[in-house]
Formats: sequence, structure tokens, C-alpha cells
Amino acid sequence: MPTTLPSHFPTVDQVGVVERAARFTTRSIKKVAKMQGLRMVLNMIDLTTLEGMDTAGKVKHLCYKARHLHDQVEGLPSVAAVCVYPNFVGLAKKEVSGSEIKVASVATAFPSGNSSLELKLDDVRMAVDQGADEIDMVISRGRFHAGDTQYVFDEIAAVKEACKTARLKVILETGELGTLDNVRKASDIAIAAGADFIKTSTGKIKPAATMPVTLVMLEAIRDHFFATGQMVGMKPAGGISKSKLALHYLIMVKETLGPAWLDNHWFRFGASSLANDVLMQIVKQKTGAYQSADYFSLD
Amino acid sequence: MSAVSPNEKFETSWDLAPAPESTDHVNLESHYDLFIDGEFRPSKSGNRFASVNPATEETIAEVTEADQADVNVAIKAARKAHDNVWSKMPGAERGKYIYRIARLMQEQARELAVIESMDGGKPIRESRDIDIPLAAAHFFYYAGWADKLNYAFPNRRPTSLGVAGQVIPWNFPLLMAAWKIAPALATGNTVVIKPAETTSLTALKLAEIFQQAELPPGVVNIVTGHGEVGAAIVNHSDVNKVAFTGSTDVGKIIQKSLAGSEKSLTLELGGKAANIVFEDATIDQAVEGIVNGIYFNQGHVCCAGSRLLVQESIHDELVRKLKHRMDSLIVGDPLDKNTDIGAINSSEQLNTIESYIQIGKDEGAQFYQPSCPVPEKGFWCRPSLFTDVAQSNRIGQEEIFGPVLAVQTFRTVAEAIQKANNTPYGLSAGVWTDKGSKIFNLTSQMRAGIVWANTYNKFDPTSPFGGYKESGFGREGGLHGLSAYLKV
Repeated sequence: MPTTLPSHFPTVDQVGVVERAARFTTRSIKKVAKMQGLRMVLNMIDLTTLEGMDTAGKVKHLCYKARHLHDQVEGLPSVAAVCVYPNFVGLAKKEVSGSEIKVASVATAFPSGNSSLELKLDDVRMAVDQGADEIDMVISRGRFHAGDTQYVFDEIAAVKEACKTARLKVILETGELGTLDNVRKASDIAIAAGADFIKTSTGKIKPAATMPVTLVMLEAIRDHFFATGQMVGMKPAGGISKSKLALHYLIMVKETLGPAWLDNHWFRFGASSLANDVLMQIVKQKTGAYQSADYFSLD
Repeated sequence: MSAVSPNEKFETSWDLAPAPESTDHVNLESHYDLFIDGEFRPSKSGNRFASVNPATEETIAEVTEADQADVNVAIKAARKAHDNVWSKMPGAERGKYIYRIARLMQEQARELAVIESMDGGKPIRESRDIDIPLAAAHFFYYAGWADKLNYAFPNRRPTSLGVAGQVIPWNFPLLMAAWKIAPALATGNTVVIKPAETTSLTALKLAEIFQQAELPPGVVNIVTGHGEVGAAIVNHSDVNKVAFTGSTDVGKIIQKSLAGSEKSLTLELGGKAANIVFEDATIDQAVEGIVNGIYFNQGHVCCAGSRLLVQESIHDELVRKLKHRMDSLIVGDPLDKNTDIGAINSSEQLNTIESYIQIGKDEGAQFYQPSCPVPEKGFWCRPSLFTDVAQSNRIGQEEIFGPVLAVQTFRTVAEAIQKANNTPYGLSAGVWTDKGSKIFNLTSQMRAGIVWANTYNKFDPTSPFGGYKESGFGREGGLHGLSAYLKV
């Protein structure tokens, strides 16, 4: 695994990226391909609750929903993971036990990341000790903007070590990075420092995930794969609430990285309301009619 | 009821299901007459030929083969319409007709797009998103000039030339008709136009639009047929202006035959454009531009970026990415909304392309094609790439007019400029670099009519288009496009 900060970062042409991203949305996904795509989307969701007012009850209900997305339809896949704050990891772990649903936890002074490295590492260790399968960390955007890329790199590497066997998702918070050049730079730093996944956003800042931003990150993943043969995962998060958009993301993954990434080990959606829209589409595909949103449980 | 494991494995590569555009709304006659003096008329001889769908090899409709006698009638109608009606009409009134044509094209855009794809083989994504909207945009743009000619040429009192004889190619059938007809009408000229023999149908649909717009009879006349019909128009003594888009060989014949006549001439001919990628370019976006440059419209584009000049230091990285991107291109049914590369326009053109691919292999260049499936019937060519191409190879010098890219390398800026200009053609070029100063340095040294920087194949009615050297002369589009149709 490479453990040094890259010395060169490729640049990105914003106009070209936006144009290419728009092209994916012209793909027409119908019939068998649509059904298969919708099932993939469901199976790639990190069902998320990250609110100040989260309670044990809320987390418990979220976990039940994760296991029973829509019992009225036979044979549906479950979501990939539930994503919660560190203090709910133990509970979530218990609630999803017996299933293969992963528990992901945000950590490192989420969402701002403004704290000392020691506290951040303690945050990570606490989540890992309680059984988190995945850690979603945030990078230090302030340090990044100040030009201290070495600090950003070292911090990710330290968190990676604290994760032990848990898989590390590195949140770049692209809505605070300003340019696509910076998105590419932060992606390369995170990958080089050992990220298992790179992730767009906390969901607390707008804009969250967009197709152009995700495309730039996918290109970083592809370039890393070309250079080393190692796969890295991708997780756009925030702002993806409709099935059609989610399917366009999958088209983008397929055409940029290849079908090997069409698997929840390598691609996730961070989303809270996407699942129900996908369920509504699946029921529509099966019955030919849209149902009211009231027929799909909120959590 | 229990949920399935979250690690469900999805077996296939998630191939997209067919998504064909409907043809239910298309109204096509079984045969088409000539459009002369505001009405469809049979030819004197009664001869017809088939217009074939290159994706299915089935006949879509029969089209009339005009001859000298028909051309004479058409030009006579155009002369009468020019002298009595169109050139005398106030510009503002002419403008109203042209706006009406543009709006009708927009209203019928879906039908025009489907016919364009059926008749010519281009993907519906392109005919729907590029060809038809751009054709309508040309009419809108030139409609705006019709009453402002005195301001376009201050103190010159510009007047129309008379009858314009126009011959257009098969690669952008309706768009080329719009490029030719719109400025001619705005400037008070009347038109006799011949569409290419393999792609006459959208021009004939445009004739129906002229009728719906109640364009005065004779202002535009459409005569279909093969090369002899074009020659009859060009050589007719009562034509004042000739505009031709097509091959350099035919362009030379036209220029010779017009020597000594008073006819004015514009030619838009072939190209072998260099798309130059520097090591400081944004490589992923450059790859996209390369693909758009050469595989757009199956490479049937006179300004296609058919030569890729890539700085040697990034050659391997760029070619790997380019091949990866080529692997995701979908070749097949032009009417499928997911098709990236449609059918080659004719079996004749497919033979030309295939013979050049053989030439490239014989010349020792490295050949690559993705292994994507193509339909059994119809004329198809997978996107193709030659690396290790020498400046002296024929595939690096001659226009192939198909989805075949020749990749060459360079080391310095000076070498890139030298190689890019070292061609008899000079229609277009592309430059890819993140450094602005390099762009300005290069664009001023390219002997090419259009130079794109960090993009490729972008078209706009306001922007002049035309070539240097054997790519022709005269400009179409923009203010420049007006002067080709005016005495100033």
C-alpha cells in the first residue's frame, strides 16, 4: 500500500466534467435493466440517521426498516448498512445482528472535523470497540485549504490505523472544497493514505453529492486502479433521493469504472429517503401503477 | 418474509435493455416527387431510386431522379421568384417567413429526428439533441438578420445575388440544408438545392414545412438525384451563386467548371484535423473530447478530429484511458436512445472505411477495436484506433470519413504545430491544455478555419465555419455567412 503523499495531482476541466456527467443522464434504463438497477440501488444504500435529536428508539426503528424494507414484496434485498453516530453503534449492532447488514459510524468530530487528532482517534476507537464495521471520517478541510496536505494525509493514515479491521470511508465534504481540482486532490490524498472508500459529503453542507463531483472521484479511483490494481470504493451521500438519479449514478459507475464496482462492497449511496422512492418504483414495475407514498413506511 | 442477504451478487454486467424511439408518429410517403415552384411535381423522365435505411438495408421510400430538364424548370422557377417576389420583399417580411420555418421545424422536431436517423444511420441521441435543434437555430439566427442587412454592412446597401445553386452532403442532411438555405433566404436569394442521394428525406420533409409556412412558390426548390443533377445545377447559366459541401475531389471539379463565369462560389470540403493533447491537459476530459471528435456521427464529419497528436510523455496513459472509454461505447440501432455510434451511411462508405483499416494494418500501425456486438444486417464499423501512426502513413494523411482515429506523438510545441499543419487540408483543429497562453499561441499558428480549445465539435449558428487550403473557402454561419450571399 502506498503510504506517501502524492507529489502531483491531475487537474480537472469543470466544463468537460459537467458535460460528461450530463451524458450519463441520457441513458435510457428500461424493463429488465431497470428492475435489476433498482434492486442494486436498494442493496447499496447506507440507511442513515445523523441528527442531534437521534434517540435509541429512532435508531432501533431505522435498523428494523433496514432489515424489512417493504415486506409486502417478496425477495427484496436489504440495504447494505445503517449509518449512525458513535454512541448508537452498540445498539445498532444488536438490532441488525443475525443479518449481514453492516453498521457504519461517523467519527472524527463529525461533521466539522474541528478537534484534536487525539480526540478524533478516541472517537474512532469508541465506535470500533462497540463493533462498527465501517467508519465514516471527515477530512480536515481547514488544513486542506491552508495548504497543509501532509497533515490531512497523516490524519487519514492515523485514523485508518485506529480502524483496525473496520473499513474506512473518507468524507471529503466536497461542498466545502470549492473546485473540482480540489476534489481530485483530496480524493488522491485520501486514497494514498489508505481509504477503503471515498465519500462526497456529510449531508450537512449543500451542495452535497452531485454527478460531476462523483465523476471526478470515480476517475481518481479508476486512475488508482490502473496504477496499482487495487480497488477503492465510492460513496456519494446527500441529495440523492430519487430512483432515476440513483440509476444514473450507477450508469456513471459502470461506464467509468466497470461492472466490478456494481456491488455494495465497492459502491454505496448515503441516503435516508432514497429507499422508499426505489421501493415505489419496484412496486410500480411489478403492478404497473404508482402507489401513494403512504403505503411505504417511513422508518 | 425475510430480506435477502445484503451481499446479493448481481450476475450480469447490467446490460441495458433496448430503448428504441417510437416511429409511430412518422409520416412518410412511399415515394417523393421533386419540389419545384411550391409544389411536389413528378420528373419529366419518371425515374426513381430507393432511399435505404443503412441499419436495416430496407427501402424507406422512393425518391425521384431529376435530370437536366427538371433542373431547368427549377431554376426558372427560382429566377422568377427572385426577380418578382423574394428580392423585392422587405427584409422584415422575409424574416417572418424564416421564423415561421424555424418554429415549424421545432414543432416537428421529433419526426424529423427519427427520419434523419432512419435515413442516414445516425444515433437518435444526436439527431434529436444536435442535428434538428441546430438546424432550427440556423433559421432562427438568419431570420434575425433579414431586416438588418444594412446594419451588417454599413453604407454598402447590400443586394441579393440571385439564384443560389446548392449541393449538400449526406452526413448532416437537414443541418446542411439549413446552413445553406437560411442565409440565402435572409439575404433575398432564391434556392435550388440538391440533397445527397442517400439522404434526401428530411430535405423533402423540409419542403412540406415550406408549404406549411406558405413560403412563396419558387423561393426554395428541391431536386433530388445523383451527382449529375448536382452538376446540372452548378453548370446552369442562370445560377448566380454556387455553394457546395462535400468531397475535395468534387469541389475541385466544381471550381474548374466555374472558372471564367460570373458565379460566386463557396466550398466546404474535406478535412484531416489534428486534435492536439499536451501533457498539461486535463486528460479525462481530453479523452472525452477525442471520442466526441472522431466517433461523433460515426466519424462522418468533415471537421472530425481524425488525427490525435499526443505529447509522448502521456501517450501510454492517454491511450489506455481512451481504449477504456471506447469499450463503453454502444454501437447499434440508430433509433435506440442508448446508441452512441449508429450505422455507416452506405455500403459504399463502409467499403471505403474498411479498405482504409486494411491500409493502416498494412502500413504497420497498431490496430484496436472494442469487441462490442453489432447487428447482423446493416452497415457497421466499431470505433477504431490506430496507434504508432507515422506522418507519412496514408491513414494519417487521407480523409477516411469514418470512426477511425490515427494516433501520433510529438515532443515539443513546435513539432505539434508543424505536424498539425503538415496536411493539404485545413478545416479544423483541437488543442487541449490547462495553460491559457499555450492555447493562444497555438490557435494563432494553426492553418485551420476552426480551432477548438479544451472542447471539440461545438457548433453555433453565430460562429463562422469554413476551411483553409484544400478544405475550401468562404464561411458559413455568423455575420460572415451573410456576405457569401450578398453583393456589397
